[in-house]
Amino acid sequence: MSKFKKLFYSQKVAPFVFVLPFILSLLIFWAYPLISGIIMSFQDISFGSRSFVGTAHYSKLLKDKFFITAVSNSVEYMLLTLVLMIPIPLLLAVLMESRITKAKGVWKVIMYIPALTSVVISGMLFRMMFSEAAGSQMNQLMAFLGRTPIAWLKTKWTAWIALLLLCMWRWTGVNMLYFVSGLKSIDGSLYESAEIDGCNAKQKFWYVTLPLIKPTTIYVITISVYAGLSMFLESFMLWNGNSSPKNIGLTIVGYLYKRGIEKNDLGYACAVGMVLMIIALVINVIQLIATGTFKKED
Amino acid sequence: MNNEGTPRKMESNHRLASVLATGLFVILCGFIAFPLLAGLLASFRPGRELVQNGLAINFDFSTMTVDNYKYLFGLAGDNSKVDSAKYFMWYKNSLILTILTVILTLLVCYFVAYGLTMYKFRLQGFLFFLVIATMCVPFEILMLPLYQEVTALKIINTRAGVILPGLCAASTIFFFRQYMQSLPKELLDAARIDGCTEYGISVKIMMPITKPAFASMAILCAMGSWNNMLWPMLVFRDTSKFTLQIGLNTLLTPYGNNYDLLIAGSMFGIIPILVIYLIFQKYLIDGMTAGAVKG
Repeated sequence: MSKFKKLFYSQKVAPFVFVLPFILSLLIFWAYPLISGIIMSFQDISFGSRSFVGTAHYSKLLKDKFFITAVSNSVEYMLLTLVLMIPIPLLLAVLMESRITKAKGVWKVIMYIPALTSVVISGMLFRMMFSEAAGSQMNQLMAFLGRTPIAWLKTKWTAWIALLLLCMWRWTGVNMLYFVSGLKSIDGSLYESAEIDGCNAKQKFWYVTLPLIKPTTIYVITISVYAGLSMFLESFMLWNGNSSPKNIGLTIVGYLYKRGIEKNDLGYACAVGMVLMIIALVINVIQLIATGTFKKED
Repeated sequence: MNNEGTPRKMESNHRLASVLATGLFVILCGFIAFPLLAGLLASFRPGRELVQNGLAINFDFSTMTVDNYKYLFGLAGDNSKVDSAKYFMWYKNSLILTILTVILTLLVCYFVAYGLTMYKFRLQGFLFFLVIATMCVPFEILMLPLYQEVTALKIINTRAGVILPGLCAASTIFFFRQYMQSLPKELLDAARIDGCTEYGISVKIMMPITKPAFASMAILCAMGSWNNMLWPMLVFRDTSKFTLQIGLNTLLTPYGNNYDLLIAGSMFGIIPILVIYLIFQKYLIDGMTAGAVKG
């Protein structure tokens, strides 16, 4: 065996051979675009020519009322999804895992199905259900309640009902399953001893379930923060393209797409992306501190 | 659920609670089935009805036809043949892209996770930290520079352009690592004594043992790839290369002239992923909850 071959097969070199694809991919498809994105956010880019403009894009962003709308929409959407998509799935998971629910397997299988449908298909279905036509599902409901038809997707709060219902429809089952798997990892004897100590169902939930399911909760909050802040396609499908009346559906990524892809203003769009990253990181750090993840476990 | 009361009262309370809880899930599943059922029913009606009336549950069987599906399969004249060919080209593109993505992603992520888990070496902890770090940057931020890069690398408008940037999926590496950590490392030493090389062990010994992990990652990866839209939409430029999701999106016009094809095509487009899901659903739940338990 040649020296090189011997080295290649040694236990010292083998792990590096295994992780090589990751290192390459990290450098080429993560670090490079990330750094070039940061650089581009300080540049003006038009058809091959680049020039540094310093922080001009960022100061322009602060005064850009479309951008401010986009940020407030995205943050608002994220907060609302957190309010809806953490407690409800958690309670459903507790109910699902309790002794009183029958035929659990069936419900689990069905509740996951919406997550299989693409955003194109589910967005189209919801757009049509919330159509302003009198025959649409929601307007039939209005007629049933004795109201006149509503142009759901044209005013903000009615449109956001559609947007949030779409989110709940797709992800409630998924989040519930995360919590179910978290609940399964809790030692059942803890509940028995809580019962011996005279805890009722509510106390068991507060003092046993909630603290022990915390890792799962943190995980679900983290992915929800990211998903909420970078929401784009849902709005893109609901309004059939990247523009909504009075920008009620404009999000940060929607604006990034508009400036970068539709208007080919890459420098400005990259600055939008950097702001998104900063917001995401700040919220995550706050969240991790608040939930005590950085504290050393004893 | 109270500790008070006679056993008989407790039992009847329990039964009532059981009916209520199960009933809640029945109603919930009804809401979940609703849009899909409405879509399915609408696919048996002319597409323009969808534009004129919106979508609602409509059990009027007398006006139902299979015309949309005839059109979809190219059985309703020349236009239909052209549209059908286009649709199934997108369908085929999606299938090929999904199969390639699943096979390549799983293999690469498996070997990376193997290297990160089965050995002790310098930089190991740091490399794993980097895996987590890549998860903390939303893809949308990298999207534009990546688009430029892919253009410069001349893999724009190709499958490689879609697949390569996502090949080392952090969550997949993370899951494989999680799974392998629970396996005994003594196996490796035994195989080494038998004269197996490091690479031989990873393929012949470990791969068969990690089969369940492969199954759950395969379905998650297949779902993600079949439904992926944003990045393929940027990379693919020719109509002939579009995936199903991008193609369906192009049918969504304000004029509603393509809605026959759109509604039938959408319903037909859910089928592959639904079939895979129903076959592998028990693995899926293990897969998607990998990160949640240990945090």
